[in-house]
Amino acid sequence: MERLRLVFSGSGGQGVITAAIILAEAAVLHEDLIATQAQAYGPEARGGATRSDIIISDSPIRYPKVTQPNVLVCLTQESYNKFNPIIRPGGILLTDTRFVKMHAKVDARQIQLPMYRTVMDEIGKPIVFNICMLGAVIGLTDVISPDAVMKALTARIPKGFIDLNKQALELGLAMGEAARP
Amino acid sequence: MNDNIKFVQGNEACVEAALYAGLEFYAGYPITPSTEIAEHMAVRLPKLGRRFIQMEDEISSICAIVGASLTGHKAMTATSGPGFSLMQEGLGYAIMAEIPCVIVNVMRGGPSTGLPTSPSQSDVYQARWGVHGDHAIIALTASNHQDVFEMTVHAFNMAETYRTPVILLLDEVIGHMRERLEIPGPEAIPVVDRLRTSVRAGIDYHPYLPREDGRLPMSDFGSEHRYNVTGLAHDMWGFPSSNPGVVHGLLRHLTDKIKNNVGNITRHKEYYLEDARTVLISYGSSARSALHVVEHQRARGERLGLLELQSLWPFPYGLVEEKCAYARNIIVVEMNMGQITRAVKRAVKDPERVVLANRIDGVFITPTDIKNILRLIQGKGV
Repeated sequence: MERLRLVFSGSGGQGVITAAIILAEAAVLHEDLIATQAQAYGPEARGGATRSDIIISDSPIRYPKVTQPNVLVCLTQESYNKFNPIIRPGGILLTDTRFVKMHAKVDARQIQLPMYRTVMDEIGKPIVFNICMLGAVIGLTDVISPDAVMKALTARIPKGFIDLNKQALELGLAMGEAARP
Repeated sequence: MNDNIKFVQGNEACVEAALYAGLEFYAGYPITPSTEIAEHMAVRLPKLGRRFIQMEDEISSICAIVGASLTGHKAMTATSGPGFSLMQEGLGYAIMAEIPCVIVNVMRGGPSTGLPTSPSQSDVYQARWGVHGDHAIIALTASNHQDVFEMTVHAFNMAETYRTPVILLLDEVIGHMRERLEIPGPEAIPVVDRLRTSVRAGIDYHPYLPREDGRLPMSDFGSEHRYNVTGLAHDMWGFPSSNPGVVHGLLRHLTDKIKNNVGNITRHKEYYLEDARTVLISYGSSARSALHVVEHQRARGERLGLLELQSLWPFPYGLVEEKCAYARNIIVVEMNMGQITRAVKRAVKDPERVVLANRIDGVFITPTDIKNILRLIQGKGV
């Protein structure tokens, strides 16, 4: 596979860091790939524009941070304003329709999906918004299998919440696949 | 799925390794970016029937582990720069009283409270000379989680072998980043256990009388033998002495036991050094950026190599001299103002060939930062 560099950004509490950990962990534990996950700490991690970097590859990863992501996800206007210039030319810039108004023209495929609205309409619980986003990223990129993500999720979350997460992942997957060129 | 394969932070890799090495007692005071070590210890140790104590500060933390170790239990603490400063007194005591223990410093920007959440490698000299008085020290480091595991076990082994505190210098990037860790099977990495005296109860035991091989067998304090332990210069019974011959012998012993064993203590890795014209020397997280540059430039046909140091003190002067013998340029990559660069300059024949590629602004050094220095010394400009 080609090396995929992703940045998930949003505000503290939206679960972007959790989503990043689940994606990278699934790649390592269930797809036998190499992955790293790093994140911004400190004041940035509490409110404001929080960010997590993920690299997934089949060859060793030395420098573990992402300077130019192939996939950039922004779940708030602030994170979009801050990070949209770093997208790798030809990459995917994914935002949520409810939270982000795109204004800049970047050399990337800009994809807006109603992830938050769909989660609220279909499930009614905002806590799985991040997993819906993760589903959309996988639907768009095929980076790892949804099965691997479900295995990582099952190991991490209480039993009662598994169906909820599965549903959110599938909603995201469907939206992501539909948005593929 | 193999349960021994984990996706964890470097701090957690350090915890798993300490348990593998036989850690029985952890005392500490949480501080970013080392906090996850205390967090995971607090979960893991009680389940294994071992002890975790959160102390009131770093001074008491190091005193607690020194005491625990003296009673026969492998002990460690973890901190970052500000806490490491507070630990210097207890560290010096452990050096003088020859009490094995492991101190992890997950480095952040300094001085003082500095940059709590940013990476740095600026405590390298503090690890060497933070303690007053002539002494030797062992300081180790690592650039990825598998190596964090190995070097943590090595730290415990060196502490027991030489009856000395060992410092493990990690940094914010390694501590917080997550990547794969495979826990080695039992006995895959040898573990050095406490060397206890064979002297029976009721018979005179000399706590500071070396065996022929230089090692000093210990007796669990409070158990079979009564003996004295002090930070004062002392004789073979552990009683204070200002006899010049005794003092001279003690100080020589404290430094020689480490300096004379540089070969056994030193750990390093090398990449593409065979025909390298330009040798990069680095350690910890900086070595990842350095290796990225080496692999990248190699793919373009440039003869670059990397010497990654995994033990910083005692400094492996001989190794560095040998590996740099045929290099036209030597670039030391580190996140400080040149602490290891200074040692490298002392090690090589032509110090003017040594250049520093660094960052001191709390930003993890990037491959581009290093490539810019490389271009400058190649006369290409940035």
